[in-house]
Amino acid sequence: MPDSLLPIRIRNLRLIKGDRAVLDGVNLTIEELGITVIMGSNGAGKTLLLRCLHGLIEPDQGQITLGNLTVADSRDQQAMVFQHPVLLRRTVLQNLAFAVPDIAKADPQQLLAALDSVHLADRANQPARMLSGGEQQRLALARALLSKPALLLLDEATASLDPASVLLIESLVKAQSKRGTKVILISHDQGQGRRLADEVVFMSGGQVAEQSPADQFFTEPRTPVAEAYLAGKILF
Amino acid sequence: MNALAEALRLIVTLDADLFEILWLSIRVSLIALAISAVISLPLGTWLAITRFPGRKVVILVLNALMGMPPVVVGLMVYLLLSRSGPLGWMGLLYTPTAMIIAQVVLITPIIAALSHQVIENLHQEYRDTFYSMGVTGRRAIVAYLVDARFALTTCILAGFGRAIAEVGAVIIVGGNIDHLTRVMTTAIALETSKGNLTLALALGAVLLTLSLLVNALVIGVREYAAKRQYA
Ligand SMILES: Nc1ncnc2c1ncn2[C@@H]1O[C@H](COP(=O)(O)OP(=O)(O)O)[C@@H](O)[C@H]1O
Ligand SMILES: [Mg+2]
Repeated sequence: MPDSLLPIRIRNLRLIKGDRAVLDGVNLTIEELGITVIMGSNGAGKTLLLRCLHGLIEPDQGQITLGNLTVADSRDQQAMVFQHPVLLRRTVLQNLAFAVPDIAKADPQQLLAALDSVHLADRANQPARMLSGGEQQRLALARALLSKPALLLLDEATASLDPASVLLIESLVKAQSKRGTKVILISHDQGQGRRLADEVVFMSGGQVAEQSPADQFFTEPRTPVAEAYLAGKILF
Repeated sequence: MNALAEALRLIVTLDADLFEILWLSIRVSLIALAISAVISLPLGTWLAITRFPGRKVVILVLNALMGMPPVVVGLMVYLLLSRSGPLGWMGLLYTPTAMIIAQVVLITPIIAALSHQVIENLHQEYRDTFYSMGVTGRRAIVAYLVDARFALTTCILAGFGRAIAEVGAVIIVGGNIDHLTRVMTTAIALETSKGNLTLALALGAVLLTLSLLVNALVIGVREYAAKRQYA
């Protein structure tokens, strides 16, 4: 494993879009390995927060540090899986090779093993964009994992996928977390939250409303808004 | 009617004059295309994925050049190459090289502007993922060129179609000299004005066929790519 990126410290993060603070002073410290699930209603700022963490967006105010690194310095140890996977207009195998050219050259067997782990070994030479949505996301996950990230980010990566792909992706994410990769995952799916989360960060209105251990969050959320969300009273 | 039959005879008997003209046309346009592609594809890609002050102006100029009338291009290249022009000492006026230069000037903005649009769309799609994977600079440019290969092929074919069918620029800088700089379009113009419709019709038929072939190729490439989700 590369250097730990923990603790992740987010201090007073603000992001203004138009005349609205869409991230409105986010404070969050993530100390432990394992899986952190970010939940919250639509528009709460989950995606924007993750994108700031990954360096895709520059916040207007505030600091982020990962271990003793800045976002920029930690980027090559991070990997992200987006809600809609973007695959190259190449074959399945070429997509992996492009992501990790060094491994592709030195140990191409690793690529095949990675394909096997997401049950795509027999699709290696097919055009990647011909795969189904679930298969494409599995490939995107395999691609992210090949870079052996210290921090893996997933933004609703399993939303609207077939159940088999969802379960496969969940089990791979879990296994990767056991291997020492810190996982931060955005999910709308309470079932998924219960299956995966070690801790839950609940966001509301561009702020972190609650950060709790998973078992506590799902049984006794500390904030009324989280309670309402869990009861299905806040529609997303 | 007679002229038409005679024209057909020229084609099916592989008439030497006709094929000399055809071969020169294709050679000039292919060389112009190769030079132009080497300039315009990386230029279009670079313009699509980098941001610098003045970039909008460059794109504006490119789009304006794209609509430049061929005779104006011919005139500019003529002034450049004429004996008193800055490149007059090279003695290129009224040579195939002059025609190649004119065609390069004519189609480079077209291919660059078209490929810029293609790559810009692809960049919208790939940007975050490339950023996430740390793909930047030369590696990104090559990746965009590779991934847009089919769309870029159709841009290039459009450039070829424009180059080979163009008459205004090459007649000015080439001079339409028999056995030296006479290409299909200039020959058609000359033979028609002389009332010699036979050769004009034969060349016209060949030119038309060529342009149909290019268009068929464009459609074929598009379908091939679409079927693999590579479009
Ligand atoms: N580029 C943008 N311009 C303006 N508003 C934006 C932009 N991106 C996101 N927003 C707004 O910011 C808020 C938070 O967005 P997001 O982080 O995507 O929410 P979610 O928690 O659903 O992932 C939303 O209200 C969204 O409309
Ligand atoms: Mg979101």
